[in-house]
Amino acid sequence: MGLIARRVEADGVPTTSLTSALSITRSVDPPRAVFLDYPLGHTAGKAKDPELQREIVAAALAAVDELERPGAVKMLPYHWSRDDDWKRETMLGGDTRSHRSSSPEYQCEADRVLAAAAGDCPTCVFL
Amino acid sequence: MDAMTTRRPPVDHIVRTRDLYSSLGHEPYRWVRSDDPPPWTELEKPLPECRVGLVGSGGVYRAGQVAFHHRDDISLRVIDTSFPVSELRTSHFAYDQTDARIDPNVVFPVDTLHALVTEGVIGELSPRAYAFMGGIYSARRVREVVAPEISRRLAEDQVDLALLVPV
Repeated sequence: MGLIARRVEADGVPTTSLTSALSITRSVDPPRAVFLDYPLGHTAGKAKDPELQREIVAAALAAVDELERPGAVKMLPYHWSRDDDWKRETMLGGDTRSHRSSSPEYQCEADRVLAAAAGDCPTCVFL
Repeated sequence: MDAMTTRRPPVDHIVRTRDLYSSLGHEPYRWVRSDDPPPWTELEKPLPECRVGLVGSGGVYRAGQVAFHHRDDISLRVIDTSFPVSELRTSHFAYDQTDARIDPNVVFPVDTLHALVTEGVIGELSPRAYAFMGGIYSARRVREVVAPEISRRLAEDQVDLALLVPV
């Protein structure tokens, strides 16, 4: 996403990027980033906690006024849990990636049926 | 913070992926390293007057759309932000989607941005948001195909600011 941030910004639209992968963000170096020290899959907060989600996203938006140096990263103060044991588990997690296949992987069978019934998907952009 | 709590440094996902790939006998993945400073565009108006565009790489699609496939899919889904978040789904090869499927706002904060519009923190949420499946292997395809397409669409949508939410 950092490469996309750089392109969008270069084309004249300011960007702010949330991230939970600090080393990747520092390496790709988007114009502005806001780091949330959570496990991947929660870049904009915890499930069913709209107040926390609001604080995180508002902080990401406010970064556009606060960060003044290209490549700056704002660090958010939130912790995922009382301790950080999840980080050790993440490092030891092994390969949890799904099998690579060229068929669409639907969240549920009903979605497959719905997409098939819809036919052409005008809001799908196949690049 | 509890005095007994030990905090650990952020997970280094570059090291994690490198270790994973080498344990599987693959060549180490070469992460993008930008040596030139990032571009910079100033925000031209106050946030409460801005139209905000959302781009997320959590593999979000809407029920009725074609889902992502897990073999280097670089396609986009245009998501109409007026539809309820309960119609959003996820399909991604790499991360644990349990929470994103309970509440898509954790990777694609549509309700969150609507709430911030209601509060007056931002002016409006663009009617179109863009979703794709991150973890695209080829940085070249991101640079040459995905990034220009998203940038062109955000410009067409006349957004004043883009919020990017990677996973």
